[in-house]
Amino acid sequence: MPTLVSHPDEVKVISRRFGQGAADIDKYVELDGYKAVQKAIAEGPEKMSGWIIDTMKASGLRGRGGAGFPTGLKWSFVPKQSEKPKYVLVNGDESEPGTCKDHVIFLEDPHAVIEGTMIAGLAIGAKTGFIYLRGEYRYLLKIMEKAVADAYAKGFLGKNIFGSGLDFDVITQSGAGAYEVGEESALMESLEGKRGVPRIKPPFPAVVGLYGGPTVINNAETIASAPHILLMGGEAYAKIGSERNGGTRLFGISGHVERPGVYELPMGYNLKKAIYEVAGGVKDGKKLKAVVPGGSSCPVLTADEIDVGLDFDQMGKAGTMLGSGGIVVLDETVSIVEFALRTINFYQHESCGWCIPCREGTDWIKKTLTRVHAGGGANKDIDNVQYLAENMLGRTFCPLGDAAAMPTLGFVKKFRKEFEEYIAGKRVDTPLITVQDLVGAH
Amino acid sequence: MPDVNFIVDGKQLTAPAGTLLIDACKSAGIEIPAFCYYPGLSLQAACRMCVVRVEKMPKLQTACTTPVTEGMVVQTETPEIAQARKATLQLLLGNHPLDCPVCDAGGECELQDMTFKYGAADSFYAEPKNHREEQKWSPVVYFDRPRCILCYRCVRMCGEGMDVFALGIQNRGSSSIIAPNVPAQMSPDQLAHVDCEQCGMCIDACPVGALTSGTYRYKTRPWEMNHVATICTHCGDGCKTTLGVRSTSDGSEIVRGDNRDKSGINGDFLCNKGRYAFDFANHGERITQPLVRHADGTLKPVSWEVALEHAGSRLRELRDSRGGSSIGVIGGNRLTNEEAYLLQKFARTVIGTNNIDHHRTADYVTFAQALSGTKGRTASQHDTASFPAVLLVGGDPTNQNPLTAWNLRSDVRLNKARVYVANTETIKLRRQAKAFLQLAPYGYGAFANYLAGDAAAASSAAADANALSAFRDAVKAEEKLLILIGSELRGAELKKLIEFGLTIPGAKFALLSDYVNSRGAADMGLLPDMLPGYVPFGAKHPLASEYAAPAAPGLDMLGIFDAAAEGELSALYVVGANPIARYAVDPAALKDTFVVVQEMFLTETAALADVILPAANLYEKSGSVTNSYGDLQQVAKAADRAGVRSDFEMIVRIADKMGAEVPKLVPFGKGLRADMGQSRGAHSGEADRHAVWLTANNLEPRLSPFDPFAILDEIQRLVPGYSLLRLQLLSGNDQHLEPAAPSGLVQITGQSARRDLVLPAHDSLFTSGTLGRYSAMLNDLQQNEAQRAAASSAHTAAD
Amino acid sequence: MSAVANTIFSPEMAARFDKLATIYPVKRSALVPMLLYAQDEVGYVSDAVVAEIAQRLDLLELDVRNVLSYYSMLRTKPAGKYNVQVCTNISCMLRGGYEILDHCKKQLGIGHKGVTPDGVFSLEEVECIGACCWAPAMQINYDFHDNLTPAKVDNLLQIYRDGKGKDVK
Ligand SMILES: Cc1cc2nc3c(=O)[nH]c(=O)nc-3n(C[C@H](O)[C@H](O)[C@H](O)COP(=O)(O)O)c2cc1C
Ligand code: SF4
Ligand code: FES
Repeated sequence: MPTLVSHPDEVKVISRRFGQGAADIDKYVELDGYKAVQKAIAEGPEKMSGWIIDTMKASGLRGRGGAGFPTGLKWSFVPKQSEKPKYVLVNGDESEPGTCKDHVIFLEDPHAVIEGTMIAGLAIGAKTGFIYLRGEYRYLLKIMEKAVADAYAKGFLGKNIFGSGLDFDVITQSGAGAYEVGEESALMESLEGKRGVPRIKPPFPAVVGLYGGPTVINNAETIASAPHILLMGGEAYAKIGSERNGGTRLFGISGHVERPGVYELPMGYNLKKAIYEVAGGVKDGKKLKAVVPGGSSCPVLTADEIDVGLDFDQMGKAGTMLGSGGIVVLDETVSIVEFALRTINFYQHESCGWCIPCREGTDWIKKTLTRVHAGGGANKDIDNVQYLAENMLGRTFCPLGDAAAMPTLGFVKKFRKEFEEYIAGKRVDTPLITVQDLVGAH
Repeated sequence: MPDVNFIVDGKQLTAPAGTLLIDACKSAGIEIPAFCYYPGLSLQAACRMCVVRVEKMPKLQTACTTPVTEGMVVQTETPEIAQARKATLQLLLGNHPLDCPVCDAGGECELQDMTFKYGAADSFYAEPKNHREEQKWSPVVYFDRPRCILCYRCVRMCGEGMDVFALGIQNRGSSSIIAPNVPAQMSPDQLAHVDCEQCGMCIDACPVGALTSGTYRYKTRPWEMNHVATICTHCGDGCKTTLGVRSTSDGSEIVRGDNRDKSGINGDFLCNKGRYAFDFANHGERITQPLVRHADGTLKPVSWEVALEHAGSRLRELRDSRGGSSIGVIGGNRLTNEEAYLLQKFARTVIGTNNIDHHRTADYVTFAQALSGTKGRTASQHDTASFPAVLLVGGDPTNQNPLTAWNLRSDVRLNKARVYVANTETIKLRRQAKAFLQLAPYGYGAFANYLAGDAAAASSAAADANALSAFRDAVKAEEKLLILIGSELRGAELKKLIEFGLTIPGAKFALLSDYVNSRGAADMGLLPDMLPGYVPFGAKHPLASEYAAPAAPGLDMLGIFDAAAEGELSALYVVGANPIARYAVDPAALKDTFVVVQEMFLTETAALADVILPAANLYEKSGSVTNSYGDLQQVAKAADRAGVRSDFEMIVRIADKMGAEVPKLVPFGKGLRADMGQSRGAHSGEADRHAVWLTANNLEPRLSPFDPFAILDEIQRLVPGYSLLRLQLLSGNDQHLEPAAPSGLVQITGQSARRDLVLPAHDSLFTSGTLGRYSAMLNDLQQNEAQRAAASSAHTAAD
Repeated sequence: MSAVANTIFSPEMAARFDKLATIYPVKRSALVPMLLYAQDEVGYVSDAVVAEIAQRLDLLELDVRNVLSYYSMLRTKPAGKYNVQVCTNISCMLRGGYEILDHCKKQLGIGHKGVTPDGVFSLEEVECIGACCWAPAMQINYDFHDNLTPAKVDNLLQIYRDGKGKDVK
């Protein structure tokens, strides 16, 4: 069970109801639950959609799934008219190593996800919303299922919601173990009962998505933010954050810190402060070696690169990404080679295998690093790894290939010396036990 | 789609908007490499080989998924692109075995070619490659996993193309693998297998040597073969098959059949028979010496001279003593047009009989007569791939006309064609049908009548009256309709259906039959009551006047054997047919008949012969054949076998031995007279029409009596509908010929008197008449099927 | 009454599957969850499970196998009554994930994907399970256990051995 943490610097918007038993529908309603959706409906059938989208645009909310795409804009891409039904799809596949924020939302505030889904539905004119949780989140799925059932029981979901004359249904869905299924088009494939292989884009989901209908896909946190934004107003929300990065977001700080946990900080909050003040600094007073700032896909920052604001743009300038907001902290004792190997093992294991550069590239980087780490490396291995990663970058069918290549490049470029030490035999570790092929039997 | 202008590598190009960049470039002569892209199959963008630089795009784009747009500017061969492709190849080669020297695909491998082009041969991995044993998925399909580059062509070919779905993709990441539909643990021998139509299309589609053919694997190297494109001898679709031929001690043998040059009428397609069932030629029981029955009743080998002399003189005797009408002639469905024509001409003019027939697998006489006088109403095989709407009445193309089935599926998939299927059986093509109508047993006639407006026929046409009427209305609403008719419909029923179809202005027709030249046999007049081109006796037609053929119709197939039973048949001459087995004739019937048979094997019919002349098969001769649709194609000699002769040559030799005037039978050399028709007086009008015609068409006279083209010339000159284009034929293209029976010549009287002798072969994908019995591969496949069936029934019983 | 005669599933599961096949715009959408729930009941995705699910969703068995083999939580061989899944991904690794895995291996006497002879436990090293901030973490039959120490693990295993463990299936 996640232990909730808190810190004075936190600005509690999404986490407002955490720890107050808001999974209970009455409690949720008591805490202004389902008010946002009613506020939207009160705008009246003509203005509602426009009002929601404008508010979301004003809020400056950018996707919390990793790419940071402006949410209001995304919603506005959905065509008003469509033969095929439109859908809202909530991405709760949360599988990016270092990320566990959606976990807390599903646990502490499931109705916010439902209400957010309804709001997105009203915005784009969808009658059905899907909430997809990764298979490992079975206990959270049960919480969501109960929340949905309660919402139906209260008549919040189903026919004629809140007297709007509009119907809205929510269906919860379980995955079965696949990081790649978090990629929006692979997510739709999975929801359609297929292998989690991405789709060719264009067409984009907003035009041709689930079952061929226009579809808005958003991360669970993005969706859960919507009700709060409608209630507090777009501008007010935007103000909390930094330039072009509205509001707050949940940062999961993990690894070598004194007080790991999920904290809600304003966008643009300083990374160094987040580690040293919010999370209580490096564990056991050790020295900081490096930080992976936004989930395992983000290029590593060295100890002296972390004086930077936590928003999509500043992180980009710093040569890395805000990603999923999962901040992983590494102290001086960590072997970067081992860390890099463990990271590539993950991507090798999660590659869907569809396209050559990712399927083969992750495999060969893994093989090479495994050997280097075990002390069997040759000098050209480092260049080979870099060559492989550089040739995956931007060449794969979906961004997973990049997600594997970018951190790898970060490690070999910023910590090349360590790799050379391994090759020179100055350091040899017992071979790292690696996740063998968990997939199928063959 | 309006055209758009765009620039590729500095060249100004134009193409319809929405055309895929890779296709647009190809038609402009700019080749963009690709492994996963395959025209006509769904897009993958998986191999990343086709990456190109499109201006204003941040990343390299895949040409296989990028539609051309106005003003687009594209680079297809920059250093950046070359590097991207090189890296992709290096990644592939990391695990790809370098066993090219022994790989079947060596020399024909797209990976090899690309590696050569982008110089990615240097693999810098220290780790061992993952090895896997080769798997035998079926007698004809082998899978070598490490060679597989996961382009998914086979999977799409099998699913989208064949509608079989026997191949899938399993696991993920670097352990992804192509998997067949019978997993090891579900199979009696604990090995994975494919339960499918064994078409081998997956093998053709495979860009490397991951999928290989059971008949060809490790046999030879591509460059050690001669490749001869000819026509498959099996069904009536007439696919082009490219035979790989290797010389041997006693001739040259076929080692491979495939469809590498996709230039034929069949485009990409080839079924298992066209691909594998050429092996009958090498069967151990092949007859390679003439045999003559001796006084003691045994067949003994003799020289060609002796055999022909014996056959010829005896036939002559019997003709002279008992009359030509006492002799019967039966031809085959795998003869060339030239041979079929020659055979009936020989029967009519040398023997002097109309007792001539062949194993009819569809009622082409009625077909021709029902359409007589119309123009542009007969469909070509090509139409099955492009018509917006198709009505299929009877037949089972999936099993009996695989190319037709393939084309119909493609038409539905690529052109959204509407296919209407009416059948007494639930044939597989119903899966592509917009509407499937289950007809009552024997309901075809009633159905035809119902369509033609006879409401009373409804009840006997189909059980479901609503479905029936809905079906009719849908069909009638079509303006451009291709009507494909199975051999179940004959005579009056067939006529009725065609009459209905003719009320739809844009309707075209085709009558499906079995065997490569069933249509040709009928067109060429292997019939007792019709001259070639369905010209009736006594009609005012050069054919009738040029031949001194007997005026009265002769005995048909059954009539011939009835006559034999009554001891009235003095002799029977069978060329490439097995009527004894086909029509279950009591061998005793022929005890007093002198029987001459031209055959490859000791069939039930050959076993009764007094003289057996070893015949060449279609792959060992040249000429032309006509498929079910009336598409004429050239047959090219691929293989050779010592000791056998073409049926053409044997007919001529026998005619010669019978004392016939050979130049009259086969117009060759100077012909009959030097007179080119200009002479006045006594001889005028008696000019050698053939010679005149040749000059008129500036063709040279043929020099040899054994040259099939001499007869082709006559066919073109005399047979209605066979006004063919030489260039088309010789360049290996197909050309569509309208059926004959020119209006005015059709004799309505006696029509009803014709009896229905159509006997469909009902071949499956793994049988091919008598010939199929001698194909080891087809036998293996039948066994394989049987085992699969047994296994699966056992399995279902188990759970 | 199940949509499938002589179903291999319990009446409850069969009824649940009947419903599941009806709630989506397209039947096939039920495939992934169905496979997972079937595995929860049967212990693994057996050939019989594949056959019945294919029948329920009008799919080829091949389709089902293609999908089944893609998802890492689905297995085609039986696991233990309690499936112990230890995360060793980065956040857990930094806080001793591998020590926890090794400890489990030692205590259970089995390796990755192994099953104890008595069939009570099976062990798996898994990728990030979304408990990074409470690392090191593991799941036993879907129930999360975090901030693990070897002592905590011993105690947990005992609880499950005594059949008092939580099962959130
Ligand atoms: C390999 C890969 C994995 C992803 N995993 C997730 C995920 O687990 N959860 C998520 O919300 N987004 C994930 N994403 C991002 C989604 O594709 C998509 O951008 C996001 O859900 C959009 O929602 P947002 O705009 O609210 O961020 C992933 C992307 C990639 C390429
Ligand atoms: S990059 Fe290619 S192989 Fe990797 S996950 Fe995406 S599509 Fe699959
Ligand atoms: S790294 Fe172990 S739970 Fe995320």
